[in-house]
Amino acid sequence: MENEAGALSRVAGLFSARGYNIESLSVAPTEDPTLSRMTLVTNGPEEIVEQITKQLNKLIEVVKLIDLSDEGYVERELMLIKVRAVDKDREEMKRLVDIFRGNIIDVTNKIYTIELTGTRAKLDGFLQAIDRNLILEIARTGVSGLGRGERILEL
Amino acid sequence: MSTELTGAEITIRCLQEEGVSHIFGYPGGAVLFLYDELFKQDKIKHILVRHEQAALHAADGYARSSNKVGVALVTSGPGVTNAVTGIATAFMDSIPMVIISGQVPTAAIGQDAFQEVDTVGITRPCVKHNFLVKDVAELATTIKKAFYIASTGRPGPVLVDIPKDVTQQKAEFNYPASISLRSYTPVVTGDVQQIKRAIQMILEAKRPMVYFGGGVILDNAAAELTEFVRMLNFPCTGTLMGLGGYPSTDQQFVGMLGMHGTYEANMAMQYCDVLIAVGARFDDRVIGNPKHFCNEERKIIHIDIDPSSISKRVKVDVPIVGGVSAVLKELNMLLKAGRETTDINALLKWWEQIELWRARDCLKYDRTANIIKPQMVVEKLYEITSGDAFITSDVGQHQMWAAQFYKFDKPRRWINSGGLGTMGFGLPAAMGVQMANPGSKVACITGEASIQMCIQELSTCKQYHLPIKIINLNNRYMGMVRQWQEFFHGNRYAESYVDALPDFVKLAESYGHVGMRIDKPEDIEGTLKEAFKLDEQLVFIDFITDQTENVFPMVPGGKGLSEMILV
Ligand SMILES: Cc1cc2nc3c(=O)[nH]c(=O)nc-3n(C[C@H](O)[C@H](O)[C@H](O)COP(=O)(O)OP(=O)(O)OC[C@H]3O[C@@H](n4cnc5c(N)ncnc54)[C@H](O)[C@@H]3O)c2cc1C
Ligand SMILES: Cc1ncc(C[n+]2csc(CCOP(=O)(O)OP(=O)(O)O)c2C)c(N)n1
Ligand SMILES: [Mg+2]
Repeated sequence: MENEAGALSRVAGLFSARGYNIESLSVAPTEDPTLSRMTLVTNGPEEIVEQITKQLNKLIEVVKLIDLSDEGYVERELMLIKVRAVDKDREEMKRLVDIFRGNIIDVTNKIYTIELTGTRAKLDGFLQAIDRNLILEIARTGVSGLGRGERILEL
Repeated sequence: MSTELTGAEITIRCLQEEGVSHIFGYPGGAVLFLYDELFKQDKIKHILVRHEQAALHAADGYARSSNKVGVALVTSGPGVTNAVTGIATAFMDSIPMVIISGQVPTAAIGQDAFQEVDTVGITRPCVKHNFLVKDVAELATTIKKAFYIASTGRPGPVLVDIPKDVTQQKAEFNYPASISLRSYTPVVTGDVQQIKRAIQMILEAKRPMVYFGGGVILDNAAAELTEFVRMLNFPCTGTLMGLGGYPSTDQQFVGMLGMHGTYEANMAMQYCDVLIAVGARFDDRVIGNPKHFCNEERKIIHIDIDPSSISKRVKVDVPIVGGVSAVLKELNMLLKAGRETTDINALLKWWEQIELWRARDCLKYDRTANIIKPQMVVEKLYEITSGDAFITSDVGQHQMWAAQFYKFDKPRRWINSGGLGTMGFGLPAAMGVQMANPGSKVACITGEASIQMCIQELSTCKQYHLPIKIINLNNRYMGMVRQWQEFFHGNRYAESYVDALPDFVKLAESYGHVGMRIDKPEDIEGTLKEAFKLDEQLVFIDFITDQTENVFPMVPGGKGLSEMILV
């Protein structure tokens, strides 16, 4: 969409006004500074998703829209997660982070801050794998995605 | 070499370049420089209303009746908030308008400054688009964009918010002759493949039905629609917004459909096997309960310029995205060129069925009553104006009677708020209509509750000598509310009696107009004639009507089209 003030609020306003669901939303400028790219994750029956697509296309600032899930695509999300890590939990946590190919990016004697990148499913999987009680704080970026292979979103 | 102009000068120059003849507005601090520039020129006539809501409705009536973009000018803060109802009214009915609003100086934005509101934020959900202009260098192109967006594709209101300092700053003036936006490219011509599929379906239909809406009016496609319907000898019905898109007096027109549509229109809509929807959006007041509607099998062809209108409430078989006019032209051409014909025998049988429904005479009412029946007033108005007046209305029972009993043969003659249903619309809209059509007969059919919502505009009418005829169907009730309370709330008329009414005759007179009041059916005709003879004066006629009259047929909320309550 056009990289303009107010474009994001139009999208957010559309979703709340029409009662659509936003699971996650991430947006940042692209290699062309006049454009920003938004990846928005939503769900609903086919007709609703079709309406969402049409309504988004109607927004003047939306330049082009594709439904990534129509065809092959890759997605990644970044999660930062702060956990309590003392005694035996320290080792166990380290092991899990390795299994999920994450990194521990900040350490104190009681706390690990972990960085984890992957699909939503993978991040959710990690959260399931660890003891809920150890979680102190989570920051997720929301998913970004691109089509696979030659599938390119171009103007 | 200074060809630089101030933001205020630029704004007015842009409006002149767009050929704007009238602006409806109300001044205030944030727009003083704009008013100063208006003062210095005479190409654009400014109409001073008495409330910003009326400025919007007047610009809206101007637009609806003239096919031009309506323009309104309001100040920041309360000017804008007063205008919101009018903006939303235009938005719901897809009316092309440009609203210029003043804003506090850029440096004051966000400071809770005097008369500051987040105009772009407040109006965002009820405009087609809006802009806040922070740089005078972008002012001219922004206004160009506003007119372009407002008047193309599915039309709608576009607001341009201009901070006061921007109206003072200078920039070189360059008004682009045309503009293109990479993110906004409305499709006008329909897909040929889809059109061919539609033709196949049309030719195979046994019980076809054409259902047209506001899109026909907005796209000036009445001639194309008429040709299409006549060529095929199909029955057709129109929505409240479509009336006049096909001649209402024609036999093939079976009346308006929907909640207060005719029996024949609703039955045909329900039981057709091929439905051709033309610039209409399957509104809840039109098809009733969508589940019930879909209980009957039928194929649907839908022509609409806005893809989001298609398959929104009812799944469509052949969507054709495009302008009504362009698509119908193509359809007509292919139909004429083709060899195949429609199924004449099936069509004859279908017409027989429709005539049986029509014989039910669902709009009948007691013509012998000795109190005034509101329907009769509209019928007489129709006769006396030879069906050729511009009719605006407010919202309520009177609006429905106007739609049912004034037979509109031409487009853009019927001006009402359908989507938002805004009481208070009628009088200010009539002002805009009269401005756009000087010398034409303009009548506002209203109710004693609705008219009071913008009654202050009687003053504007005086100032600009607008000879509008106000037809007040005075039933001393918010009749539409009372009707629902009678039908669905056990006759408990909670707060729907309109008590302490003013003496409308004296009220009209105090504004300098003519007032008349009658309560006998035999006086209807004479009074209307007398009123229209006063062709330079506004006449307010207070018709004291039957308090208990209801609008029939009626499809109760949640019910299906064939489940009408009939007289
Ligand atoms: C008290 C009350 C009672 C009402 N009762 C009824 C009733 O009984 N029957 C009834 O019909 N309505 C009734 N209404 C009105 C109703 O609420 C809707 O406003 C109306 O039915 C919508 O009309 P429409 O479908 O023609 O759509 P509009 O709102 O006129 O929309 C026009 C459609 O055409 C499309 N369009 C626009 N421009 C073009 C173009 N250039 N080319 C192609 N397509 C285009 C648009 O995208 C849109 O889908 C009532 C309203 C009130 C206030
Ligand atoms: C601004 C606004 N407020 C409330 C309503 C709800 N409403 C719809 S019709 C109606 C009554 C209108 O009464 P009147 O103008 O006397 O018309 P009548 O139905 O009696 O013909 C009301 C209150 C509305 N449509 N608009
Ligand atoms: Mg009333």
